[in-house]
Amino acid sequence: MTNLETVVLEAHNLVKRYGSVTAINGAEFELRAGEVLAVIGDNGAGKSSLIKALSGALVPDSGEIKMDGETVRFKTTLDARHRGIETVYQDLAVIPALDIASNVFLGREVRKKGFMGTVLRQLDKPHMRSESMRHLSDLKIGVKSATQAVETLSGGQRQGVAVVRSAAFGKRVIIMDEPTAALGVKESGMVMDLIRQIRERGLPVILISHDMPHVFEVADRIHVHRLGKRAAVVDPKVRSMAEVVALMTGALEPTEEERGGGA
Amino acid sequence: MTTTTTDSISPAPPRSHRDWTWVARQPLVGPLAALILAVIVFSIGSPRFLTPYNLSLIGQQSIVIGILAVAQTIVILTAGIDLSIGAIAVLGTIVMAKTVESAGGVGALLIALVVCVAIGAVNGSLVSFLRLPPFIVTLGTFTAVAAASQLYAGSATYPVTSPLLTFFGQDFGVGAWRTTLGVGVLVIVYIVCFYVLRQTAGGQHVYAVGGNPTAARFTGIKINRTLLMVYIMTGVIAMIAAWAALGRIPNADPNAYQTANLDTITAVVIGGTSLFGGRGSVVGTLIGTLIVGVLRNGLTLIGVDNLYQNIATGVLVILAVAFDQIARRRTQ
Repeated sequence: MTNLETVVLEAHNLVKRYGSVTAINGAEFELRAGEVLAVIGDNGAGKSSLIKALSGALVPDSGEIKMDGETVRFKTTLDARHRGIETVYQDLAVIPALDIASNVFLGREVRKKGFMGTVLRQLDKPHMRSESMRHLSDLKIGVKSATQAVETLSGGQRQGVAVVRSAAFGKRVIIMDEPTAALGVKESGMVMDLIRQIRERGLPVILISHDMPHVFEVADRIHVHRLGKRAAVVDPKVRSMAEVVALMTGALEPTEEERGGGA
Repeated sequence: MTTTTTDSISPAPPRSHRDWTWVARQPLVGPLAALILAVIVFSIGSPRFLTPYNLSLIGQQSIVIGILAVAQTIVILTAGIDLSIGAIAVLGTIVMAKTVESAGGVGALLIALVVCVAIGAVNGSLVSFLRLPPFIVTLGTFTAVAAASQLYAGSATYPVTSPLLTFFGQDFGVGAWRTTLGVGVLVIVYIVCFYVLRQTAGGQHVYAVGGNPTAARFTGIKINRTLLMVYIMTGVIAMIAAWAALGRIPNADPNAYQTANLDTITAVVIGGTSLFGGRGSVVGTLIGTLIVGVLRNGLTLIGVDNLYQNIATGVLVILAVAFDQIARRRTQ
């Protein structure tokens, strides 16, 4: 596994206000190489605003975001994607009528070479199909063929396609925003497995989730968000689920080390 | 959790071969079956139905609606609708007929193209940048464009004699199997649009914008640009339909093709394209156009009144939408 101490993505003193509402109130953030970092927080704690800032969906008023120690400015999600940050959303971000290959390559289609591609702009479907199948089997997602329409797949498989899209193009960081919210128990388990597969490939994952058992199942560290900022970073091997929930609601005070971003 | 990490997401169980309903779920099976059934019934009902002359006639009668229905399909795939498309084509015919004297054939075609594309661009801008509902936008342009046609034509009709403008009225073929170039244009428009939808990124984005706009935005697809392009393309196709219409009937009439807007929607829906967007094909629309064409032609041949034909078409539309709904529920 990659050196866990290397920081891939970090944010310092982020602030975002909407009129009189402060969504992000001086938040800190740190993601290390090769880890699964869970981000949890009560509704309205501002965790989705933080994630949006990290994925380029929101431009913070002040503060800085760094990748590999270098300051970056994301004005759009496209900027973040160019930096290798990919996001998987909870609401199964796939196009039902298109096939698996088209979904994996959506927005990044590959055209044929030569006259057909440059003049007639024909897509290189065989290439996109074989690449998709390769990525799918890398993550051990079993589908018969990449020409299957996504609407013929189960919910877990559809989320699998969305995860494959991110994993295939996300060179540095994968953000998963409540990836199991729309799924059943068994299918959620499949997505948890996918997260482990991605970690095994050395890519760090930011997992936003409400589901404590899921968080404790896969996370290496847990970022607890409260009142618009980071309240603590805890080790799931040290803290129990009940303690983490108490930290989240403010019923329990974190240790100095946890408050400062953990070990 | 005790789930194994090796076999994480397994394929759906193979469907039993006793379960025949998947056949009915194939989007083109229903429309194709209806077309074949109609052809068989009318072949038995009238000896004149299955003759080269009559088949060519069905093709010719389908030219204008058929071409416009392709554009309508692409608009509906984006979860939109275009109520103005027929009116744009009618204005196109009048612009061609009135400008051909001064501007010449090529000039008249170019002016009509500019006018049709401009109206399409207005529709597209309002739908994409202002996010107005396509139904309302195109209802507005339909009303305005139809009135503009009447004003511009001065409530008169304009016979067209220019060989270029009536070019698509020429016939071609072998022996008894002859038809007009307009039918060829219809086929070419379908082939080009089929290719664009299936084989280019822009076509895939049309399905994405209609099928799941949120996902489309997340994957970086420029939704506004896609919508604008679709409505501009509608203008181009309306101009082609106008040209083909003058080949079919060399007379520009502001009162012609009054029901064209709704007829194109009929063809699209019967062809299995979903009004909710993201699902369907131009192949289905071609079949839908032919079903309407065969139905009207066949019922005329066996002596059924025009109004009964309208009732039959209406019933068919409702059946098609019902099938779409059932298919949707099954796949979810």
